[in-house]
Amino acid sequence: MNVASEKRGFALPGDPIASNVNVDPRSYLYVYKIDNTIYAAVPCMYEITNNVLKVIPLEGVYVPKPGDVVIGLVINFVITHWQVDINSPYIGILHASNVLGRPYNPAKDELKDYLEIGDYIIARIENFDRTRDPVLDIRGKDMGRITEGKIIEIKPSRVPKVIGKKKSMLNIIKNDTNCDIVVGANGRIWVKCPNKDLEDIVALAIKLIEKEAFLPGLTEKVRTLIANEKHERGLL
Amino acid sequence: MSITPFNIPIVPKLKKETIYSLARKGSRIDKRKLDQFREIKITLGAAGKAHGSALVELGHTKVLAGVKIEPGRPFSDMPDQGVLNVSAEFLPIASSEFEPGPPDENAIEVARVVDRALRESQAIDLGKLAIIPGEKVWVVWVDINVLDHDGNLFDASMLAAMAALLDAKIPQHEILEDGSVRIIGPPIEPLPVKKRVVSVTIGALGNVFLVDPSLEEEAVLDTRIMFSFDEEGNLVGMQKTGAGWLDWDKVAIAFNIARNKYTVPLRALQGAFKS
Amino acid sequence: MSGKKPPFPLLKDGKRHDGRGPMDLRPIQMKVGILHNADGSAWVKMGRTEVIAAAYGPREPPMKAMILPDRAVIRFRYHMAPFSTDERKSPAPSRREIELSKVIREALEATILTHLFPRTVIDVFAEVIQADGGTRTAAITAASLALADAGIPMKGLIAGVAVGKVEGQLVLDIDQVEDEYGEADMPVAAIVGLRKIVLLQLNGVLKPDEFLKALSMAWEGLKRIYELERSVLGSKYKGV
Repeated sequence: MNVASEKRGFALPGDPIASNVNVDPRSYLYVYKIDNTIYAAVPCMYEITNNVLKVIPLEGVYVPKPGDVVIGLVINFVITHWQVDINSPYIGILHASNVLGRPYNPAKDELKDYLEIGDYIIARIENFDRTRDPVLDIRGKDMGRITEGKIIEIKPSRVPKVIGKKKSMLNIIKNDTNCDIVVGANGRIWVKCPNKDLEDIVALAIKLIEKEAFLPGLTEKVRTLIANEKHERGLL
Repeated sequence: MSITPFNIPIVPKLKKETIYSLARKGSRIDKRKLDQFREIKITLGAAGKAHGSALVELGHTKVLAGVKIEPGRPFSDMPDQGVLNVSAEFLPIASSEFEPGPPDENAIEVARVVDRALRESQAIDLGKLAIIPGEKVWVVWVDINVLDHDGNLFDASMLAAMAALLDAKIPQHEILEDGSVRIIGPPIEPLPVKKRVVSVTIGALGNVFLVDPSLEEEAVLDTRIMFSFDEEGNLVGMQKTGAGWLDWDKVAIAFNIARNKYTVPLRALQGAFKS
Repeated sequence: MSGKKPPFPLLKDGKRHDGRGPMDLRPIQMKVGILHNADGSAWVKMGRTEVIAAAYGPREPPMKAMILPDRAVIRFRYHMAPFSTDERKSPAPSRREIELSKVIREALEATILTHLFPRTVIDVFAEVIQADGGTRTAAITAASLALADAGIPMKGLIAGVAVGKVEGQLVLDIDQVEDEYGEADMPVAAIVGLRKIVLLQLNGVLKPDEFLKALSMAWEGLKRIYELERSVLGSKYKGV
């Protein structure tokens, strides 16, 4: 099958997508190859530009990628590091040195003083290759322990829809509610709002996006929902 | 629940490649032809207290089947028919991979596949096994014990079960006034066996098919299909077993190979009862 | 295949007991995403046979020992609800359920790209809600849809169907009565897009030419089921 003319499309598992193209390194989890033909392995959108195939999965778990910002839940600590649930098949590792910003001294430093089990953190994936667990870092601006606000969980595959093209969707929600929002690539979203009602409205909007991610007219539906909810709660 | 086996020994790549390259050239690691069975040896009466028994050796694979025939109650929907029960145990003496304990999914699969082939072909004339119709019938227990595992437990188990049934005799008995059945002497009357059923397992490896795969070969096969035949060559059972797939268009090829070879175990069976 | 006489004719004037022709499938309904918690789920109804399947993962293995260094481990269970059958079925796993769990798990091994997720577990569970023949093939169809719904990478969708033999004639997609009083039941499942067989069993007797004909009949049925699977999954993404 030669689809050089076809630049983008939708595919289900087992559908042949293209022959003799290169696969974008971030897309290889969603396709497979028999002879020279690339087949879809998950429901997905694909795009071929300059003979490179890029695939956007429409379903699936979060697979860590270096550089991603994720929201993790501290679930354990073991001598030199914390174990962090990052809503992925693989547990995140947060070394003490990546929290302290200096070498860790087991004689002096007490891990519990910095992070406790049950804490949410905003972290960056430092490196990961699937043979070893992903390593996290929380040093840097807007990183670290979450102390206020609310966490909303959605399917990781819906994250691009919450952000929207050029952050359009995210900006609508932010502007219409005046909330701070950090969208973790792993499907956890941190929200901090001026009041509890707005927090709830953001949660409703995000859940709507998750549910109707692939149906038409999403932007309008989100706008309407926020406006209606604000009206009903007397926030207008 | 069925789980991907996660404690199986790693197959050395070198061995894999050897089996592959030999197969492509039409030969095998033990010098057999692709469609050649290993040597089949059947020893009847191998278990003295059983009412029928057979030890089948397929190369190094050894399977001992024993038949016990006991009076029992019929199924309510088949009041005039005897009852056939087939079980299999992969004994821990047979392989370092087998654990003591109740039959696992592999043993249950073998037992059920053998059971179905015997039942569907009507190999045993269960209608002749009523003692007091509706009350007492003969229950035929076939127990398959794997003693040594060197691959193709399906065909070895099928053959052992069939040979043990052919060897089996019904105990001398009398019916007492209260309707109970008393065994009064050693078994002499042959179990009414109508058909001889045998099986041929085909291993798929790339574009080639291997008849009667050994354990070494099983570890590298794409998948296996077991075909069971009656004496006339009708298909009386079939089971794809093992992970992996088979080209749709190659199923017929595998079937034809099996159909051409079913006479091999059948002749071995006949030979055992001639001498 | 009990050898018993059917209570009514299974074939009369070329029609089956429920009015179908030999090549007709039962009415089929499918849905995906029917469960809230599962990563993927599906519901398949073929005639009166009804199965729900759910997929979870890839995820952390429940036990550290249950890992493979170079691929994901698959767990699958075929299970019948106690009320799914005419007489109550004990919820304890029967030998039949253990065997079917194994052969379906092996079929799933052929399609799931397990090497993409080393050291993880992929769980698929199929629950038979109502059993009226062809439960294992409905279960594998549902399992395949649940996997796709979960976005677990696979080589292709699997469809399953059984070919049977009643009163000497081969018929597609047998129901419970045709299974019970018929002469053969041959369940088949395949990755239809790639023309690969992943499950094949026979319970009953077929002459060699009948076997080959049954295979080609199964293929016709599988193609139709596969198209339905595609359209049900596709309709979920109308807006993309």
